Amino acid sequence: MTKQKMYLRMITSSLLRRKSRMLIALLAVAIGATILFGLATIYVDIPQQMGQEFRSYGANIIFLPSSEEEELEDETMEKIRAMVPEKQVVGMAPYIYENIRINELPFMAAGTDIESVKTTSPYWYVSGEWPGDETQVLAGKELADTVGAKEGEEISIKIEGADGSMTEHKFRVSGILQTGGNEEDYVFLSREALSQIMGREAGIDVIECSFSLPQDELKALSDRVSAELEGVTPRLVKRVTESEGTVLTKLQALVLLVTIVVLGLTMVCVATTMMAVVVERRKEIGLKKALGASNSGITRDFLGEGFFLGLLGGGLGIGLGYLFARAVSMSVFSRPVFFHPVLIPITLGVAVGVTVLACLLPVRRATDVDPAVVLKGE
Amino acid sequence: MNLLEVKNVSKIYGGLKALDDVSFDVKKGEWVAIMGPSGSGKSTIMNIIGGMDTASEGTVILDGTDITKVSDRALTNIRRDKIGLIFQQFHLINYLTAVENVMVAQYYHSMPDEDEALAALERVGLKERARHLPSQLSGGEQQRCCIARALINLPSLILADEPTGNLDEKNESIVLDIFKQLHNEGATLIVVTHDIEVAEQAQRTIVLEHGRLAKIVDNTAHKNENARSDFGDQSGLGAYGKPKRTS
Repeated sequence: MTKQKMYLRMITSSLLRRKSRMLIALLAVAIGATILFGLATIYVDIPQQMGQEFRSYGANIIFLPSSEEEELEDETMEKIRAMVPEKQVVGMAPYIYENIRINELPFMAAGTDIESVKTTSPYWYVSGEWPGDETQVLAGKELADTVGAKEGEEISIKIEGADGSMTEHKFRVSGILQTGGNEEDYVFLSREALSQIMGREAGIDVIECSFSLPQDELKALSDRVSAELEGVTPRLVKRVTESEGTVLTKLQALVLLVTIVVLGLTMVCVATTMMAVVVERRKEIGLKKALGASNSGITRDFLGEGFFLGLLGGGLGIGLGYLFARAVSMSVFSRPVFFHPVLIPITLGVAVGVTVLACLLPVRRATDVDPAVVLKGE
Repeated sequence: MNLLEVKNVSKIYGGLKALDDVSFDVKKGEWVAIMGPSGSGKSTIMNIIGGMDTASEGTVILDGTDITKVSDRALTNIRRDKIGLIFQQFHLINYLTAVENVMVAQYYHSMPDEDEALAALERVGLKERARHLPSQLSGGEQQRCCIARALINLPSLILADEPTGNLDEKNESIVLDIFKQLHNEGATLIVVTHDIEVAEQAQRTIVLEHGRLAKIVDNTAHKNENARSDFGDQSGLGAYGKPKRTS
């Protein structure tokens, strides 16, 4: 048998046959690793989670034509979509605007892709139903109150045709829109329906986009679009992007602080447990010295145990930590947390490092013991 | 030829002299007992000879090396290479089996060899219990395991501190038989004891009192009642009042 094999045999025997003692130490390391992995997972996952959370507040970037005379084309929208990773595209809604009259009062009609609007503006509250076909419209609440439009009733929309003459068109109000914003003064219908009553294929006036990207990446996208797409002016929706950035920074700082504090406390806890375990084995240390073991040899034995204990506790902590992070994420964000493999080596490294360090200090002190004193009979 | 020479050794703890100018020597292959009441300095002299403690004064020459003048590292090497220790409390590592406990001594000495360790256990009649943990062994079995561990690296000197102190008569007899066998094979033994019957098995007995060398008794020349009188036994009691066994 080689010395290495005997070394492993001594270490594994110590861990496996001193179950109750080692279980306490393992528990201390595993709890530390659980909290570390769990909080680190939450820390890394916050931008993603919060990004998705903020997406419910609407578009975070819009694209406009560079001048009033210009219009955007569907092709432009596809080019922008291609610049963003597919997973990060929450929604893109094109809008065309046209002046209309209802009961001789001037209003604005917005033609859009109704299904896309549901993704870019999930905060819209529709009393009734979204327009299901080209005969239906969604009336803003202010507009509906002004003209006395009700859900399920018909309204008459007048619009100036391509030849300058006013034409009248009947639509059924499928639902009333409440947003608390300007949208309540509009009537929303499909692009096709609006183009039809306008008498021409209208270009896009604005593209509202909801991308799951942090502020800096949105800024980079904006710069790229400005540089690569002529006639397109990107504009960040600052009230969304800036508050997202601020909240994210503060939240991450808070989680980081909690992680550091908990890690510090865990280190103290692990170190105390390991110290107790080592001190308890002073006789064994004395015996090994009496048998001719050098101080470095004894230290190596304990560090080996610490290494395996850290590895085992770290591995256990990774599994439990993920469950912990998942439970926190489910209760706070109502969606599961992502597993970040990059945190595995970090957690194992910290768990092993802390355990080995926690062993090293008491072992160094314990190797100073006089074997004659600790092995004394009676 | 002397294996061990203890010359004018004193050990002072604070103001207290645990050993006071003790001198004796032990020849290669000799079996020597060290006797004395509690506090007489038996364990102190054993620890000094065993390289686990240092003398305040005097010299201890073991196999030609003055161990009072060597570094800690050299002393560790001497313990590892030249001395086999047997303890009253056995001091086996509780999470290792009997054979693994023997192999630990090999591990720190040179290279662990399970077959050799098993052979050492067989020599002390413990081969069948080789895979048992110390908690599964009786006191006598634990002591035999301790002896196997002390022998495994073929030390120049076997030092036993009260080796039968925690054993019943039957196991004491087994252990003494092993010592006799070792002695017959040429091993050098120093046995610290307060048991006159254990001491009588040795060739010589060094008697300590209050840290001083009281007398050295040659047991080979007194294998009769006279020898007992040398230990101070006049009335059916052992040397220090311990009742003698009649078996």
